[in-house]
Amino acid sequence: MLGGLALCKNIKQVRTVATVGASALMVLAIYLVIAFLGERAAGNDAEMLFTQGALTWFEPLNIKLALGVDGISVVMIVLSAFIVFAGVFASWKMDPLPKEFFMWFCLLSTGVFGFFISIDMFTMFMFYEVALIPMYLLIGVWGSGNKMYSAMKLTLMLMGGSAFLMLGILGIYYHSAPEGGQLTMNILEIAQNNAVPHSWQYFLFPMTFVGFGVLGAMFPFHTWSPDGHASAPTAVSMLHAGVLMKLGGYGCFRIAIFLMPFAANELAWIFLTLTGISVVYGAFSACVQTDLKYINAYSSVSHCGMVLFAILMLNTTAMTGAVLQMLSHGLMTALFFALIGMIYGRTHTRDIRKMGGLMQIMPFLGVGYVIAGLASLGLPGLSGFVAEMTIFVGSFQHADMFHRVFTIVACCSIVITAVYILRVVGKLLFGAVQDEHHKTLTDAEWHERLSTVTLILAVAAIGCFPNFFSSIITEAAEPIMELFA
Amino acid sequence: MELSYTVAVLIIPVFMFLFLGIVGVKLSKKTAGILGTVAMGITTVIAYTAALTYFFGTDQGQVIDGVRQQLTVLDLTWLEFTKNLVIKIGVLLDPISAMMLIVISTVSFMVHLYSLGYMDGERGFQRYYAFLSLFTFSMLGLVLATNIFQMYIFWELVGVSSYLLIGFYYTLPAAVSASKKAFIVTRFADLGFLIGILILSFYTDTFDFISLTSDPQAAISTAGGATFLGCSVMTWALTLIFMGGAGKSAMFPLHIWLPDAMEGPTPVSALIHAATMVVAGVYLVARLFPLYAVDATALDIITVVGAFTAFYAAAVACVQSDIKRVLAFSTISQIAFMITSLGVASPELHHGVGYMASMFHLFTHAMFKALLFLCAGAIIHAVHSNEMSAMGGLRKYMPICHIAFLIGCLAIAGIPPFAGFFSKDEILVAAYANSPLWGVWLSVVAGMTAFYMFRLYYKIFWWNNPDYGHHTPHEAPMTMTFPLIFLGLVSIVAGFIPFGEFVTWNHEEYVIHLDWSVAGTSIVIALIGIALATVMYRKENNIPEQLANRFRGLWTAAYHRFYMDELYQFITHKIIFARISKPIAWFDRRIIDGTMDLLANVTNSASFAVRRMQSGSVQTYVWFYLVGAVAVAAITIICLI
Repeated sequence: MLGGLALCKNIKQVRTVATVGASALMVLAIYLVIAFLGERAAGNDAEMLFTQGALTWFEPLNIKLALGVDGISVVMIVLSAFIVFAGVFASWKMDPLPKEFFMWFCLLSTGVFGFFISIDMFTMFMFYEVALIPMYLLIGVWGSGNKMYSAMKLTLMLMGGSAFLMLGILGIYYHSAPEGGQLTMNILEIAQNNAVPHSWQYFLFPMTFVGFGVLGAMFPFHTWSPDGHASAPTAVSMLHAGVLMKLGGYGCFRIAIFLMPFAANELAWIFLTLTGISVVYGAFSACVQTDLKYINAYSSVSHCGMVLFAILMLNTTAMTGAVLQMLSHGLMTALFFALIGMIYGRTHTRDIRKMGGLMQIMPFLGVGYVIAGLASLGLPGLSGFVAEMTIFVGSFQHADMFHRVFTIVACCSIVITAVYILRVVGKLLFGAVQDEHHKTLTDAEWHERLSTVTLILAVAAIGCFPNFFSSIITEAAEPIMELFA
Repeated sequence: MELSYTVAVLIIPVFMFLFLGIVGVKLSKKTAGILGTVAMGITTVIAYTAALTYFFGTDQGQVIDGVRQQLTVLDLTWLEFTKNLVIKIGVLLDPISAMMLIVISTVSFMVHLYSLGYMDGERGFQRYYAFLSLFTFSMLGLVLATNIFQMYIFWELVGVSSYLLIGFYYTLPAAVSASKKAFIVTRFADLGFLIGILILSFYTDTFDFISLTSDPQAAISTAGGATFLGCSVMTWALTLIFMGGAGKSAMFPLHIWLPDAMEGPTPVSALIHAATMVVAGVYLVARLFPLYAVDATALDIITVVGAFTAFYAAAVACVQSDIKRVLAFSTISQIAFMITSLGVASPELHHGVGYMASMFHLFTHAMFKALLFLCAGAIIHAVHSNEMSAMGGLRKYMPICHIAFLIGCLAIAGIPPFAGFFSKDEILVAAYANSPLWGVWLSVVAGMTAFYMFRLYYKIFWWNNPDYGHHTPHEAPMTMTFPLIFLGLVSIVAGFIPFGEFVTWNHEEYVIHLDWSVAGTSIVIALIGIALATVMYRKENNIPEQLANRFRGLWTAAYHRFYMDELYQFITHKIIFARISKPIAWFDRRIIDGTMDLLANVTNSASFAVRRMQSGSVQTYVWFYLVGAVAVAAITIICLI
């Protein structure tokens, strides 16, 4: 079934096919959740379900195409499916070369889905690269502004990250089994063997964490994000900020933390400091930006910093919060970028100083933007609140004073977030209309409405019924966090 | 549980919000307004039934040994953090929540009704009713919360409804910036609240109100004497939680958002910024009062903040010229009375009379302040201005409004038999019992209250008789005057409610007896205030101007609210924006990004430098080859030797 999931997207006709593909994907993803819950309800409590580990790729190195999902990957897949679905509708009128655009777009999503279902480090790494390369073309060809520079910067920085990652993965591979045992790339087997020597962990943990951290926009490796987002076309920004950045967080805990618990415990404080800085620093930076996409890019730095921050707290509640934050941030950033794309498509500017009073002209987009903003600043009933509160409560349960003080520092971001969100909302949507030409603009069309409403519903679903999601995640996070108990 | 139908008071408004929010645009304005009002009417009936059943029901288990029980009629798990730290959404009925049910539903219903007339013809009428429903839902959820996190959730929701309603006229820049200010200032306070919750729950391992307050001593001692920066962590927790309350209740120095919030429609000011949301802070402290009662330091902080704010706001109210701002500062001052009253309450003094007094004053104040705001709305509606200078002599044009306003003023000034007299008297009793300092302090403030309220009254209804031209002010329509009459009546009789029978800190009955030594003084002081106002403002004269000239410095400072806004402006713009955000953004672009670009450029130039080697000319390659071969040969020879 999961193989089919990856295959059904490489289709070449345009809108219809893309729509069918994306809808099929969403249906499959939802089916996956149901099947997953069914299995769990039936008492199957293996760590990973639906494992298909037999397909050997490269015998000498024992590389297999091993697939499997646990609660965390299931929710991440659902997230990706939603965003791909919304992304297709948001880029309905893609021009020029719509066919090629959607092809690369599909390849990108293949990489993403593949990444989340892999339980083999090598396959994971491969899918990671598969997701990365199309990004270069998508931004370079369909982007806007200084697109070549941004595309180059983004790809090179992330490639730099993967170089670290490659080193880390190889290092883990060569220590994956006790002396004389069969080396393996399979994450579950490595975790079981737990054979990576402590001295090596000190070296490999930072390698992998930074490798993934670059993608998760960890300070000071985040600078690809503002330029990259600003230049990327709408759907790519959505998928990128919505899903691709989550690969970083997901990878961090699936490989760095899960496989090297000793170093994770010892070195967490360094990265905790960096991510703590990310959270506050990103938020402060966002306060003075004038380009809508830059604001969101910095806000992503802040929110994704929160993900890594929570992962490093090494307890179940914070971990659950981290995954919820990935979901929540993914959905609401996708929503933001979709709306920014729609607004930009009409006003041809993203500079908030040149716009104003848009609420009167395009009420639908305006309301959507306000909802996205409220989700971002953590309004109860929308997803951001649930995620942030889980993180804060979880992090604060840490026995160490250092961690608690840092949690309080991270908490401060809720105020700063409110400042920059309300600043944008106030300038962009409220007040008097700035530009006379804007008065003739139209509100959203049906496909834009569909895209927006899908995302809003998803955000509200998490916000209103959080326990459904958090129980799936908690149950997956527990076995991993037992390593630190 | 028998009272489980109470949950309907949450469901109806939230449903109305979604309904009006989504399909409201398609409905006509009239339908939307009437639907909203009827739904609110039903909610009010249910809320009254629940509250009255709670107070007068003869059910077993409601009152045991003279102690009213706290009834958790519903508790659904919403989100599980850990085994014990669970957010539940539930309904807790106890004396204060039942009382708040009555306050909120009454005022909210009156405001719904009043808005039918007041907001008539406004753009976004449906949206207005949707937001009102959202607010009512959130506020009721807040007071019915069974645990502190549920309270926090609804706390944020009332914050956002307040934001939306203040910014209702979203095309006016003043309204937009006022809404933003309100949200951000209260958000900052909520940060304290959140951290307080985190600390409290970390030590006690529960969010639940009943487990927190049933054995406060045990809850406090779970911290095991842990300290942080020289203060016990529990004091920190309680003070930070109070900070959240101080933000919502506009206590100094977090009060700056409330006067600006008057940019919203006047009925909204009556509902949110006078009667309900702004007392959430008082309610929060009252809710956790058993915990505060065992922590003297936290209680002292509350007293000092409250007492100072009461005086500060009263002083500012004496010189403002915008009638809504006078009322706003008066609200701040009155809420500060309630806060101080909680601060001076102590179980040993008069059976914790301060607690009862605070809740009593909350109740009466909600009624008469809503009345005053609604009157102000009717006046603004009639003369199309907020400024006192545009008013005068209105008693002839708007008789009903005049009487209602006068009732409100007498009530707030503390003249018997109006409601405010009784509740304020209890607060003074509690203050004198604690220490004469606070007693005298509050008595002075009470005198100032009488003065500025009657200054307002005379300036609107007496003073001079400006020429209204062809635009003669007239009485408001029935939908607007009915709430005035109703609330006016309530403001007259509410003082006779034997409040002590219903609401006390330990839920045991307490009989109020007027202490005439205190009551007598307070009446005299109020009368002096009123007399002073009469002399100065009854007829147009130049005494106020002379006084203002004589104390020019003081007058200007008070008129500018002692420059608190300017101070905040300075901190946010000059320090946070210019000294923190801008440098960070610069640092990010120039240093961090610069390093990355530098790396790229170095790589680039390095490749340019070595590019010449791949020239494609055979001669160069042969040349390289020869040099290389000689070098290798040389190295081999050297090594061999």
